[in-house]
Amino acid sequence: MLRQDKVVEEVAFELVRQAVIFLPQDVKAALQRAYTEETSEVARTQLQTILDNVALAEKKKVPICQDTGNLVFFVKVGAEFEGIDCVENALLAAVRRATVEVPLRPNAVHPFTQKNSGDNTGRGLPEIHWELVSGKTLALSVLVKGGGSENFSVLGLLNPAEGLSALKRFVVDAVIRAGAQPCPPTILGVGVGGSAELALHLAKKALLKPLGEPNEDESLDCLEQELLEAANLTGIGPMGMGGRTTVLGVHLDYAFRHPASFPVAVMFNCWAARHASARIEVDGSVKYLTHTK
Amino acid sequence: MAKYDLATPLSETQIRELKVYDVVYLSGLVVTARDQAHLRALDFFKENKQLSINLEGLAVFHCGPVLKKDDNQWVVVAAGPTTSTRMEGVEAEFIAGSKVRMVIGKGGMGQRTAEAMVKFGAVYCAFTGGAAVLAAQAVKRVLGVQWLDLGEPEAMWQFEVDKFGPLVVAIDTHGGNLFSDIAQKVEFNRQIISQKLNCKL
Repeated sequence: MLRQDKVVEEVAFELVRQAVIFLPQDVKAALQRAYTEETSEVARTQLQTILDNVALAEKKKVPICQDTGNLVFFVKVGAEFEGIDCVENALLAAVRRATVEVPLRPNAVHPFTQKNSGDNTGRGLPEIHWELVSGKTLALSVLVKGGGSENFSVLGLLNPAEGLSALKRFVVDAVIRAGAQPCPPTILGVGVGGSAELALHLAKKALLKPLGEPNEDESLDCLEQELLEAANLTGIGPMGMGGRTTVLGVHLDYAFRHPASFPVAVMFNCWAARHASARIEVDGSVKYLTHTK
Repeated sequence: MAKYDLATPLSETQIRELKVYDVVYLSGLVVTARDQAHLRALDFFKENKQLSINLEGLAVFHCGPVLKKDDNQWVVVAAGPTTSTRMEGVEAEFIAGSKVRMVIGKGGMGQRTAEAMVKFGAVYCAFTGGAAVLAAQAVKRVLGVQWLDLGEPEAMWQFEVDKFGPLVVAIDTHGGNLFSDIAQKVEFNRQIISQKLNCKL
C-alpha cells in the first residue's frame, strides 16, 4: 500500500489534471442546451466555438483554457485520517507536478514585486480550505479559478431592512456590471449572510455544486430560478455578444447573520467551470466523484 | 455579417471594409501582448528602439499562452484571449506606434481605442474566451519571442497562424462597436427585469 501522503498527492494531481482538461458532464450538457436554444447567429457562433474547443481539449488531453487559474482546494478531512499532517505538503507537491506535467500556466505572482514563482505555489497559494470532521476518510475538491471571472466577484453589505429585493438587485447588478468580462455563459455562486468573508467563502464553495441539482431548501430553489431567469433577461449572451444565455445556473448558500448585517457575495465561474472531486477511503482506495479516471 | 479570409500584412483598405459582426479567419503573423508587453513596447516606441519584429500590418493578440518545449522548439498548448480592457489605457498609443491593423482579444475595448482605430485604420476582433485549444491549433509555428524576462504569459510571442478564428469584428473603423450596442440593450432590459422582480434596479 502506498503511504497515505503519496495517495493524497496522486489524487490531488489527478483531480487538477481532470479538472483543467475535461469539463464536468453537467456543464457540457448545459452548454449544448444553450446552443440549441440560441437564435442569434453570433451567439450560436460563440457556443459552437466553445463546444468545439471542449471536444478538442478532451481529444488532445490538453487544458481547455490557457488560464489554468489559481487552484482552490476544499479539504474535508476526518480527524482520524491517517497522514492528516502530510496533506498540505502533498497538495503543494501535486500542484508543482501538475504545473510541469499537465502543463498549467504559472499563475502565482508576488503582489508587490510581480515575481512569478513559476510553479503555481506561493504564500497563500494554492488556496486550501479545511473542514475537520469525525472519521477516517478525506474528501477533496479542486476548483480551477480563472482570473477573468474572479475579477468580477463582489461583496455587498446590504441593508437588512430591504430584505430580498436588495439581494436580487445586487445579484442582477453584478451580472450587468460584469457583462462580457467573466466569459459568459457563467455560473453564479451566491453566498448570503454570515460575516463578510464567510459570505464570499460560501459563494465560492457553491460553485462546486452540479448544475440542475435543486437546492435542498425549496424557497431557495425558487430564488435560484428567479435569479437565473432575471440574469438571462439581461441579453448579455455568450461572451457578451448578445443572446439568451448569460448564466447557466445559480447556486445559493447561506449562513445566519448579525441582525444589523446582510452580507451578500456573488462569485462567477466562467463557462469553463472546471472542478473535480474525489474521496479517499479508510483502506486508501479512491472514489472519483465528478470524473472517471 | 460577411465572412472574410484575411492574411497579414493587412492593408488599410482591407481593414476599412470590415464592419461589426463580420467574421474573419486570419492567416499570417500574430504577436501576443498583455499589459506588461504593451508597456514595454511603448517605452521602445518612445525611445525609437526597434522591436525584434516590425508590427506594421500585423495583428496583436491579447493572450498569455501556455507553451511547452519539444526538442528545443516552443509549442503552443493553449492560447485563448485575455481580458482586453486591461490594455485600454495603452492600446491607442500602441496602435499609433506599432501600426498594427488588428487587435484580437475578448470582452471589447473602450472609447479611446475605438477612436484610435477610426484614425489609424485598425479593427478590434473578439475571439471566444476560453477557446484556447482551437486557438493553439491555428498556430502553425512559434517564430520567436521577446521579453521572456516578463514571464511566459507576459512575453511577446510571434505566432504564424493559419485560419485563426472565428474572429468577430467588434470595433470597426466606421464607429461601430458591438459591445457598446449590447450594453445599451442591456440597460433597456434592466427596466424589464426590474418589473419582473418587482424591485427597483
